Amino acid sequence: MVKLDSKIPSGPLAEKWTNHKFNIKLVNPANKRKYDIIVVGTGLAGASAAATLGELGYNVSAFTFHDSPRRAHSIAAQGGINAAKNYQNDGDSVYRLFYDTIKGGDFRAREANVYRLAEVSNNIIDQCVAQGVPFAREYGGLLDNRSFGGAQVSRTFYARGQTGQQLLLGAYSALNRQIAKGKVKMYNRKEMVDLVVVDGKAAGIVTRDLVSGEIETYSAHAVILATGGYANVFFLSTNAMNCNVTAGWRAHKKGAFFANPCYTQIHPTCLPVHGEHQSKLTLMSESLRNDGRVWVSKLKGDMRNPGDIPENERDYYLERKYPSFGNLSPRDISSRSAKEAVDDERGVKGQEAVYLDFEDAINRLGKKAIEEKYGNLFEMYETITGENPYQVPMKIYPAPHYTMGGLWVDYNLMSNLPGLFVLGEANFSDHGANRLGASALMQGLADGYFVIPYTIGNYLASDKPEKHAANSAPFKEAANQIKDFTANLLSIQGKHTVDEIHKKLGRVMWNQVGMARNAEGLKAAIKEIKELKELFWNDVKVVGKAEELNQNLERAGRVADYLELGELMALDALERNESCGGHFREEYQTPEGEALRDDENYTHVAAWQFDKAGAWTRHKEELTFENVELSTRSYK
Amino acid sequence: MAEKMINLKLKVWRQNGPKAVGAFEDHDVSVSADSSFLEMLDELNDSLERNGKDPVVFESDCREGICGTCGLVINGQPHGPIPKIATCQLHMRHFTEGQTIWIEPFRAKAFPVLKDLAVDRSAFDTIMHAGGYVSVNTGGVPDANAIAIPKDVAAEAFDAAACIGCGACVAACKNASAMLFVSAKVSQFAVLPQGQPERYTRVQKMVKVMDELGFGSCTNTYACEAECPKGISVKNIARMNKDYIKAKVKTEKIELEA
Ligand SMILES: Cc1cc2nc3c(=O)[nH]c(=O)nc-3n(C[C@H](O)[C@H](O)[C@H](O)COP(=O)(O)OP(=O)(O)OC[C@H]3O[C@@H](n4cnc5c(N)ncnc54)[C@H](O)[C@@H]3O)c2cc1C
Ligand code: SF4
Ligand code: FES
Repeated sequence: MVKLDSKIPSGPLAEKWTNHKFNIKLVNPANKRKYDIIVVGTGLAGASAAATLGELGYNVSAFTFHDSPRRAHSIAAQGGINAAKNYQNDGDSVYRLFYDTIKGGDFRAREANVYRLAEVSNNIIDQCVAQGVPFAREYGGLLDNRSFGGAQVSRTFYARGQTGQQLLLGAYSALNRQIAKGKVKMYNRKEMVDLVVVDGKAAGIVTRDLVSGEIETYSAHAVILATGGYANVFFLSTNAMNCNVTAGWRAHKKGAFFANPCYTQIHPTCLPVHGEHQSKLTLMSESLRNDGRVWVSKLKGDMRNPGDIPENERDYYLERKYPSFGNLSPRDISSRSAKEAVDDERGVKGQEAVYLDFEDAINRLGKKAIEEKYGNLFEMYETITGENPYQVPMKIYPAPHYTMGGLWVDYNLMSNLPGLFVLGEANFSDHGANRLGASALMQGLADGYFVIPYTIGNYLASDKPEKHAANSAPFKEAANQIKDFTANLLSIQGKHTVDEIHKKLGRVMWNQVGMARNAEGLKAAIKEIKELKELFWNDVKVVGKAEELNQNLERAGRVADYLELGELMALDALERNESCGGHFREEYQTPEGEALRDDENYTHVAAWQFDKAGAWTRHKEELTFENVELSTRSYK
Repeated sequence: MAEKMINLKLKVWRQNGPKAVGAFEDHDVSVSADSSFLEMLDELNDSLERNGKDPVVFESDCREGICGTCGLVINGQPHGPIPKIATCQLHMRHFTEGQTIWIEPFRAKAFPVLKDLAVDRSAFDTIMHAGGYVSVNTGGVPDANAIAIPKDVAAEAFDAAACIGCGACVAACKNASAMLFVSAKVSQFAVLPQGQPERYTRVQKMVKVMDELGFGSCTNTYACEAECPKGISVKNIARMNKDYIKAKVKTEKIELEA
């Protein structure tokens, strides 16, 4: 069994990061330009990393499959970003943000990582403001905050309902400045399709040019993946259409361990599915739960219009079940409660939906105040559904949204493959089994602006990796394998379209590896996914050629990876015989239906090693809690 | 589920590459009124693929009107007939039974067609490289609340910063001018205190690159504002012009003094 060394620095929690920064090796300023670093992904994590490393003097090559770094999925984040500024004087602190995040993650994250995240959160806000990010402000001109699920303080900074956009444009502007200076070379429309490993170390990548179809190789002293999450394995999710797991998955097949793949977040406030041909689901920001009240009818099969259901026949189930957090209960709990209501046949007019109602808030604060806070979200709702949420309550339902699992990394954000670093949603590090709202933006920027610039220097200075030629044998071999893979996909010429198989996979994942799981369902899922994989490789239809702009081929490659990942997610869920955070196993629940952890046997990270197709070895990284007591998460 | 279906005639622009000659291709489709416009194209592509034909290339990502990736000219209008939304937010309930829909790419000299409905908008990035930032490094910046910024100023900056870089303004303009896009970024920084130190050099650098890239000049027809999915105001163009003239005067002064 491989021993996973998390490299957590010794010493008291609050001093670990400071001591670590002092103890790690530095690359002197004149030597930085001798190092080449590849950054794949230009979302919040990748753009902030590439810009900062460029500022420090490294030679950075940044890659994205998008036509511009500004399109990364981070742009779609709505609600906000957390920081422990305590500007509201309501009792927040680094320790409280740390504690809320550990607890929110159901005690399945590393204390040291989470503490560092909370610690640097304040720097992020300072940095973004200096860049000109137009955060919301109060009349006195100071920054405004709001609260998010899983917290009792107001620590979320926001820019109307477009926080991700403004933060990403900030990071993008910093990146542009380095591109102009020649310190970052930007490669748009290039998809990483493989990781090249030489002598056990990450040495470069293979890419496919999405316009010409050309397969190319790039080498560097270190490779950073900041390639986002994998919720699109469900086909329908809140993620952008092109989000995919390919970069991470191909690295996994080259030896990087995949940690906690079953930890997925189903977001409670999304628009319900409208029909068979739906391409994606739309998130309504969780910030709406600050003022919206979630309810369903108390009666089964109630077909009345919401306005005709009197107050005493409504069940404000979150307020009822969790009086102290109410509508702001954490995501996993809120989602599961919605599912329970629907399973109990109390969904909106028999549909998979519950109400999110603003009537009280409008009466209390006035329509104008609500408009100011949520105007664009309300508009968005009306554009999609054709209904006016100022007049009728919104209909919402949970949808796959975020993936806490990802490539395993140590405290330095380095995977088990030396020289391969993983940032942002692509790694598994900070959110345990459930992520709190407004913490992903924080983590992406923490990793990119304030962690990797230090830790990568330590690797370069102490390991002194060499750079291999991008046309050396291992690179050529990797490129040839990819060409064969592509040729193979195009040669099948079967009957089923890529989307058709992806939708089928999505249904299996949603039904059996979604909000509630059980051993029997998971075993069935594994079998069904294997069959779908067979079907794909024997009977998929991919049209067009390899050497051209071919979106069908792009999707096919991504779905091929999802089919393998889906199996591992089910396997991970099956092996984790407990319920924690977003992973709810029906067999393990309290009499009241709450998640029942098994701390004795499962206070660990499951890190999966790829052996061969359909076979993995499960490694464990034990989690030790020295500062917080493992308690039953209570939001009552 | 009983969905309301509508039948439509599509005239879709097909073009095999930047230099290839393009033409409209006809397709008859039947689509749910609840579907989005892009979901209709997804369905069309799925049936094309099933029949071994090349799907129509079009781009999209967030499908929520925020990433700026999508962008089609629908019946002659960038992002289609409904104001203040991006193509991906357009729903089929706005079309009528039997209607003919013309679907084209954003056309402009600075946005060459890559294939079918996908265009290359990297010229926008190139303009940003020239000065679309505040020159601060990571770290060593003051506390976020060190400078108070009046709420209305922050809101004004936000309104300009809301641009999604879709390029509809360019596609809408008979001169293919990029003034609305560039002025949005220039304005965001021109109103904020953080943007002041580089205010006048920034506008000059960005306008220079914009001109070099082959975007046309602005003749104040305001077609850009009308088609902009984010309602970016032409007031930004006026502000940019003012700053540009001031910048000229300033640099001349500096040159004289030197
Ligand atoms: C609708 C929505 C709303 C959200 N709202 C919030 C919120 O309010 N607060 C919050 O904290 N979090 C929110 N989140 C979560 C948060 O937005 C994401 O977790 C975060 O932005 C991820 O950032 P990232 O940099 O890790 O990855 P991404 O932003 O996903 O970027 C990934 C990058 O990698 C590139 N890439 C991927 N694969 C490849 C490849 N193979 N080759 C080349 N390039 C590749 C992409 O082009 C892209 O540039 C939201 C998420 C969604 C879906
Ligand atoms: S100004 Fe409007 S139309 Fe032009 S790129 Fe920005 S959002 Fe698109
Ligand atoms: S797909 Fe993102 S704006 Fe339309």
